[in-house]
Amino acid sequence: MIRPQPEPVQVVKQRRDAALARLVGGVPYIKWLGVTFDRRGDELTAVLPFADRLIGNPAIPALHGGAIAAFLEVAAIIELSWSLIWEEMEKTTSPRPDAPLPPLPKTIDFTVDYLRSGLPRDAYARARVNRSGRRYASVHVEAWQDNRARLFAQATGHFLMPARDGDG
Amino acid sequence: MVDVLKLARQFIDALPHSRALAMRLDRVEDGFAVISMPYDPTFIGDPATGVIHGGAVSALMDTASGAAVMSHPTAPLATATIDLRIDYMRPATPGQRIVAEALCYHVTRSVAFARVTAYDDDRDRPVAAATGAFTLERPAKQGAAE
Repeated sequence: MIRPQPEPVQVVKQRRDAALARLVGGVPYIKWLGVTFDRRGDELTAVLPFADRLIGNPAIPALHGGAIAAFLEVAAIIELSWSLIWEEMEKTTSPRPDAPLPPLPKTIDFTVDYLRSGLPRDAYARARVNRSGRRYASVHVEAWQDNRARLFAQATGHFLMPARDGDG
Repeated sequence: MVDVLKLARQFIDALPHSRALAMRLDRVEDGFAVISMPYDPTFIGDPATGVIHGGAVSALMDTASGAAVMSHPTAPLATATIDLRIDYMRPATPGQRIVAEALCYHVTRSVAFARVTAYDDDRDRPVAAATGAFTLERPAKQGAAE
């Protein structure tokens, strides 16, 4: 049996990285906050490099609770949207690089747990889509700084999914 | 009263993240605080609609809640957010200022509870609302042993 040649690894990587860059690069607030994403296969890690403008309490100093909430929400939305894009992208062997991105999910609610104060250094977050239905999704996010096992914040959010082809 | 507002404004200006989002303290007294933020394309979260990112609105509501806690008559020395639950009721209208009104409605010895509502120009339809629990560091009572 003759199998088709698998795509060269750099072609696959380039396509996935380009899709992620388009998703993230389109959002001005993500750029302003300074959040970037590391990708390993479909797994994303959101990175918030430390910057002075993220400080909320200059006396400690500690990251602003609002900046932490924003970072977690960015991580959750991008993870959720990425899971939709990934599914579409991996369905075909030659997806169009300029395929329109689906509209972003809309946040319904978001609950943040502040476990310890955010130190003035880089922070990381990973989100897990616990449930992704046709209309609603539930996403959990964990954030840490130096030590993966010592979370400094976590959050759960519910999202309204964008209408998909065939809806309505 | 004017001096209190001025002091409180200086306090908000000293918070780099709040200053970076161009937040302005409009009112503060006895556990009630109003803080607003201008529309800025830099803070757009959905490029398709031009709507401000929820994270920026969260930061505004968190700051307003913290200010409400700090202005409580028990005169806390410091506060930090323990948890904040935010409901996004509708997208804020692009181009309009967002105003957050926060009330610290209860304090215990070491915890403060606050709720906050965010509006754009349409006062009848809030953009978002949140409730939060905050740590409360109280001034030591004279002569009281901890």
